[in-house]
Amino acid sequence: MSDRPLVAVVVFPGSNDDRDAAWALGSVGAEPAFVWHEEACLPADTGAVVLPGGFSYGDYLRTGAIASVAPVMDAVRAFAATGGPVLGICNGFQILCEARLLPGVLRSNRQLEFVCRDAALRVEAADSVFLRRCAVGQELVIPVKHGDGAWYADEGTFVQLAARGQIVLRYRDDVNGALGNVAGVVNETGNVMGLMPHPEHAVDPLLGSADGGLLLAALVDAAARHRALAPV
Amino acid sequence: MRLTVLIRPKAGILDPQGEAVQASLATLGFSVARARVGRLVDLEVEADDADAARAEVERMCAELLANPLIESFEIRLEPS
Repeated sequence: MSDRPLVAVVVFPGSNDDRDAAWALGSVGAEPAFVWHEEACLPADTGAVVLPGGFSYGDYLRTGAIASVAPVMDAVRAFAATGGPVLGICNGFQILCEARLLPGVLRSNRQLEFVCRDAALRVEAADSVFLRRCAVGQELVIPVKHGDGAWYADEGTFVQLAARGQIVLRYRDDVNGALGNVAGVVNETGNVMGLMPHPEHAVDPLLGSADGGLLLAALVDAAARHRALAPV
Repeated sequence: MRLTVLIRPKAGILDPQGEAVQASLATLGFSVARARVGRLVDLEVEADDADAARAEVERMCAELLANPLIESFEIRLEPS
C-alpha cells in the first residue's frame, strides 16, 4: 500500500474534471482513486472524497439533483458522518447541496451567462480542515467556470452560517449573483466543503496560480489524519 | 394514473430566466408585467386510488423533483 493517503474521486456520467482533480491531488501528495457513481462502497482505506466538476446527468432537472441520489452518495454520506473530509468542486458543490450535506443551493448565474475566468477570493474562515494552510483575510486567485454558480440560502440561514464561520470563501467582486458573494461553504462540523471555483485548475504557477494547491494539500493532510484514525 | 407536477420558483425568489423571457417578449412588442419560468413533469404511476397516487408523487417531489429552498410545487391529477 502506498504511503500516500487515498483520495476517492467520484465519477458521475458527465463529470469532466475528474481527471484534472486526480492529477492535481497526485501533485500534492495524494493517491487518487476513481470511484464510479454506481458503487455502493468507497475503497476501504479512503482518507478523503472529492466530488469533481462537470455536468453530471447533463444538469437535468436541477444541477446536481440526480447525482445527489446516485448509489455512491449513501457511501459518501456515511463517510462524512464519521468525520471523513469531503470536498465538492463546482458540480460537486451543487451535488452536496442537493444531497443536503451542505446548506443552500446553487442557482443560475444572475447574468444568465456562463462565467469562465480567474476569480479573486477572500478566505473568511480558516478553521475547517480545508483551509488550514490559509489565513483569514488571505486572497486566493482560483478560476471559475460555471453557469449555475449563484449560491443561495434564506436570509436566516445565511446569517447563522456567517456567524458560525461556515461561509469560508467569498468572491472579492460579484461573479454570479451569489448571496453575499459566497464562493464556498462548509457544513456545521467543518468536514464537508463545497466551492464553485476550481482549485484543481490552480496548482501550478505556470497555469496562472498555485493557490488551489493550498486547499488540495490541506485536504490531503486531512485525508492522512482521517486514515490514521480509521480502524484497519 | 396520470399526474402532472408543476414546479415554480418560489414567490420572492429571483428568477433571472423569467426576467429574460419578459424582456424578450417586450422586444417583440408584448406588454408583460411579469414572467416566471418553472418546470412541468408528467408522470404515469401505478396506484390503487387517486389519494395514494398523490401521496406517492408528494414523496417524489420531496426527495427529488423539487428543491424546497427555491421551488414550490403543485400536483394535478389528470383525467384518465
